[in-house]
Amino acid sequence: MSNLQHLLSSADLDRDSAIALLDIAEEMSGVNSRDIKKLPTLRGKTVVNLFFEDSTRTRISFELAEKRLSADVINFSAKGSSVSKGESLKDTAQTLEAMGADAVVIRHGASGAANVLAHSGWINGAIINAGDGTHEHPTQALLDAFTVRRRTHGSASVGKGLDGLKIAIVGDVLHSRVARSNLLLLNTLGAEVHLVAPPTLVPADSGDWQAKIHFNFDDALASVRPDAVMMLRVQAERMNASYFPSEREYSRIWGMNAERLAALKPNALLMHPGPMNRGLEVTAVAADSPNSTVLEQVANGVSVRMAVLYQLLSGERTSIDG
Amino acid sequence: MVDLLITNATLPNGLVANIAVAGEQIVSVGSETPAAKTTIDAKGLVALPGFVDLHTHLREPGFEQSETILTGSQSAAAGGFTAVHAMANTSPVQDTAGVVEQVQALGVSAGYVDVVPVGAVTVGLEGKQLAELAAMADSRARVRVFSDDGKCVHDPVLMRRALEYVKAFNGVVAQHAQEPRLTEGAQMNEGKISAELGLAGWPAVAEESIIARDVLLAEHVGSRVHICHLSTAGSVEIVRWAKNRGINVTAEVTPHHLLLTDELARSYNAVYKVNPPLRTQEDVLALRAALVDGTIDIIATDHAPHPIESKDCEWQAAAFGMLGLEIAASVAQEVLVESGNSNWQRVAEVLSHNPAEIGLLTEQGQALDAGAVANITLIDPTAKRTIDGSHSKSTNNPYRGLTLPGSVVHTIYRGYQTVANGELAKSGRS
Repeated sequence: MSNLQHLLSSADLDRDSAIALLDIAEEMSGVNSRDIKKLPTLRGKTVVNLFFEDSTRTRISFELAEKRLSADVINFSAKGSSVSKGESLKDTAQTLEAMGADAVVIRHGASGAANVLAHSGWINGAIINAGDGTHEHPTQALLDAFTVRRRTHGSASVGKGLDGLKIAIVGDVLHSRVARSNLLLLNTLGAEVHLVAPPTLVPADSGDWQAKIHFNFDDALASVRPDAVMMLRVQAERMNASYFPSEREYSRIWGMNAERLAALKPNALLMHPGPMNRGLEVTAVAADSPNSTVLEQVANGVSVRMAVLYQLLSGERTSIDG
Repeated sequence: MVDLLITNATLPNGLVANIAVAGEQIVSVGSETPAAKTTIDAKGLVALPGFVDLHTHLREPGFEQSETILTGSQSAAAGGFTAVHAMANTSPVQDTAGVVEQVQALGVSAGYVDVVPVGAVTVGLEGKQLAELAAMADSRARVRVFSDDGKCVHDPVLMRRALEYVKAFNGVVAQHAQEPRLTEGAQMNEGKISAELGLAGWPAVAEESIIARDVLLAEHVGSRVHICHLSTAGSVEIVRWAKNRGINVTAEVTPHHLLLTDELARSYNAVYKVNPPLRTQEDVLALRAALVDGTIDIIATDHAPHPIESKDCEWQAAAFGMLGLEIAASVAQEVLVESGNSNWQRVAEVLSHNPAEIGLLTEQGQALDAGAVANITLIDPTAKRTIDGSHSKSTNNPYRGLTLPGSVVHTIYRGYQTVANGELAKSGRS
């Protein structure tokens, strides 16, 4: 395992460290199925959930992970940007440092905010990026990889990557931190990545991206035969900005519906980072099908975040019950 | 008895000469050695006409926490400048005769460089209504360069009218070429790196489409037009085409666009956030070639000071802009001389003769000949300096830590030594 200090990007993880994290998450998942879902590992450590954007799901997932590791948890909701609200990221960070935070989980609307926090010298604790603007969301990528690995390899998952699997990521790639983090991590783990989107919603220059880009969902499904399809959420602010003509057209051309579900391999995974826009990028029939992993992703998110916190914050590497 | 004798200076053409200054004037350039009150031994130093910046943000009035006319003038003198054009985006905006006269007067009382106010093209830089351009031209500030810099004069009709109107007093519109709709929320160059970093892209086409429109407008109405801070290879192609066609267009490039690339954004360090953004290495090479071949006429700094809090934050929240006055000469030397692609004569053109000509300054940018106003910059071309602090009030300096060639040893502004042996004079010329 490399000496991970922060988790800012999926690029911080090489193959060995990514698999090690997923393996620890498997152990954490065992803890999460016990009656007493608690480990003493982070007793005495203070973890701050610093959320500049609303995200109840991600926040409670981290909070649960922290509490199950016995950390002291502080939720700091600092809505609004630094400029408009007067208090800057710097002041907030220095305040948390003065209070002795051992780790900060940050969600921020500005791309790179977690990097700035980690390299500014304002704060010494570990920084975990819980989503920065349209940049990255590495714990989401880890939980997605964990989910795919588990569905594919079951109880034989430990030690394995995602070699040879074909994963399609569908929707607003341009603005998606989930897509960026998954692109990097899936490649690191040996999967083949396909991006499916209207041309308006991929970067103008994605020449360096390790992925094949498709502009036709049906053709992509037919030619690639993906093992998993990740649907991205369409954000409300894209809807009237000429990225696509209408919600109906988007849903028809780029949405996951019963017909496309039927065209998948029988055991293919249908994934979504949540919250879903039912009827837009995914129909109810598809969302509630056996292929859907949406709720598993939520459960796995806690295990994966426990693994990340454990790796960043526990000093010695003893057994997780140590 | 002359006031100042500069001995054994190397002129831009490579000849070695003594330069004698009496009062504000150069009285002889050659082998004469008249008795002098002060003598500068300039052996090994290159003598250039004092530099003229067509694009400086002095921030006063209104943003004195970033820079004042005094501190900006001092930074300019330290960089070898003897004149700067003070951009109009102050508060109040330099869009009336009263404000431009005030800026000019503050420049005179600072006494380190000629402070030449740029007038806003539109009232309040709002792009809706022409400012009183003739009133500014006729004022004591004698404004000839007009710009809404920071904002593009985007409305094509307004741009056309401005280009036409300033012909009455041989003015020039300096356009900040940025199509606003194509750059809403833009944070950095749109390309591979913005795609990776998830920062909203500022596409090259947003600059190039405005330049293409404006050179055609200038041709149509028979006006001259100046393009601020060209930053892309495509912009170079358009300006080259326009010049070949005989259109009266001039163009500037900043030191940072000649040296730095968008790779630096990977740090998310907002000191590298600037508008137009740092582009790719391919763009840098095209800009350098264009500066050598004359497609680009001048280097202008776009010196844009900001207080620490405007940069010490997340990239998206940070202000655009970087310092430039004190490294411009070094970047010019690097690109034109050290590269072997051009020479000191070209440095004199791009930093002095040409910007003075564009701004119609008669007492700046003159060749170092007898009778010229004594604006002289002496450079040690062999120096290597690692960039650290500056005389600006602000610290948003992206060059910190870089080693660049050349240093300004002496600056003579209208016969007054604003910089002597690398030290800034304690007070300006009274």
